[in-house]
Order: sequence, then structure tokens, then C-alpha cells
Amino acid sequence: MISPIGWIIIWIGIAFDILGAIGLVRFPDIYNRLQASTKCVTLGTFGIMVGIFLLKGFSPIGIKALICGGFLLLTSPVAAHALMKGALHFGTKMWHGSVVDKYGEDKLGGEQIEKGAK
Amino acid sequence: MRYIVYFILGFGFWLLLTLSVHLDHLIAGAVVVLIGTIIFGGYFTERPAKFLQIHRLFWIIVYIPVFLWYMFRANIDVAYRVLHPERPIKPGIVKIKTDLKTDIAKVFLANSITLTPGTMTCEIDGDYLYIHWIWVQSGYIDKASKIIARPFERYLRRIFE
Repeated sequence: MISPIGWIIIWIGIAFDILGAIGLVRFPDIYNRLQASTKCVTLGTFGIMVGIFLLKGFSPIGIKALICGGFLLLTSPVAAHALMKGALHFGTKMWHGSVVDKYGEDKLGGEQIEKGAK
Repeated sequence: MRYIVYFILGFGFWLLLTLSVHLDHLIAGAVVVLIGTIIFGGYFTERPAKFLQIHRLFWIIVYIPVFLWYMFRANIDVAYRVLHPERPIKPGIVKIKTDLKTDIAKVFLANSITLTPGTMTCEIDGDYLYIHWIWVQSGYIDKASKIIARPFERYLRRIFE
């Protein structure tokens, strides 16, 4: 009974990974791309790890997979945060459709939104 | 005190990783964890007695499914925006205020926000967080913090403070 559930969770994880990759291509600027890739890929990979745990049970592989999933949940937001802050301080402009930029107003002296034709 | 707690936690973690009680593994683990304790124990939490308070553990266990549910919703949301032909996004960076006081609670709030619907933390500055939001509903501090941070603050306050 556990085995089919594990496989279903693994396939859902793979589907979310693919969605994250599509988002990486379709979204317009680095900030939106980071949103898509961080969220979808984190949950997708976490799903794969949980699926492996369900398939293997309390064996060395299963426990390691679960621990990897926990670390992934803790570390991938931090990595995304570092990338995003780095991009902001490097001066990467936001997409021209962005509506508000409080960070640029407060810290960087003016909105960091790209000007240009739609 | 905190060095001892760090050692015990690290050794338990090692036991989980190896999942065997062979004598060689135990000795190697003790040596590695001891080195780790000497180097990193100083950065560990100041009052490790908090680990033993039952109500905090209880709220952690309550928080995990809530968090996973928000995370799943976030992914459905992003999947919708990715697959929609017109790509409905209205991004922007907003500023929110948090009531949490300790650093570790703020870190967990920022991590939780990054993994939940359409929001991502850019920077923590004292009590304020800068959030990149994929569909800006409100640029005002009060309203934005109500939408973004309140669902997690209730739990994180009970866990970490």
C-alpha cells in the first residue's frame, strides 16, 4: 500500500520540478524567476525525498533522504535570499511591469524598475 | 551547558545518519561531533533549556503540516501563473513589519515567507522585512504584513519566544 503512494509523490515532485523549469524560462526578470524556481523546485525535490522515504522505510537510505529533505527546506530559501539581495545590490532592474519597489526607495535611492515600452 | 547540548544533538544526528550501532561508527561519530562542538558550539543558541519545554515541541509539530499546506498552495499558485497563457504577474517589493523579537524566529519567518504563496524575502532590517511579491495586493505596511506574515507569526511566537 505504501509503495504506490511513494511513487505518486515522486511523480508529483517531478511534475513540480518541471513547472519550476518552465517558470524559469517564461518569467521576465531575475526576481520572478527566483520565485518560480525556488518554490517549485524546493517542493518538487522535497516530494521526491519523501517518496524515497516512503518506498524504503526506516532503512539507511530512507532516513538519509528524509534528512536531505529537511535540509533542503532550511537552506534553499536562504540561497534564494542571497541571490536576490546580490542581484538588488548589483543593480539589476526589475521588470517594467512592476508596481512598487520599497527596497529601492529606502536603500538604493530610487525605484529600481526598468523603464521601457510594454 | 550549550556545548553539552550541542554534542548530544549532533551525536543523535550522527546516529540517524549511520543508523547502526557498530563500535567503529560510534567512535568516529564521537570524534567528529567533538570537533564540531569545539568549533561551532559557541554559535549555538544561548539558552538550550528551551529545547526541553514540551509546549514548544508541540507547536513545532502543529506548525509543520500548516507550513506544508501553505507550501503546497504556493506551488499550485506558481504553477497557475506559469501555465496561464497571459502570465498574470504584477510584481513588486513591499515592506512589512513583524512583532517577533528573537533573531532565530525572524530567520524562520523569512524562510517560511519565501516558500509560501507568491512572496520572497529580500532583506531583514530590524523589525522590517522587504518582500518581493509576485502579485502585489497592497503596498501599505499594515495591510501587507497582515496578509503575508500573520499566519506564521502566531505559531513562530509560540515556538521560539
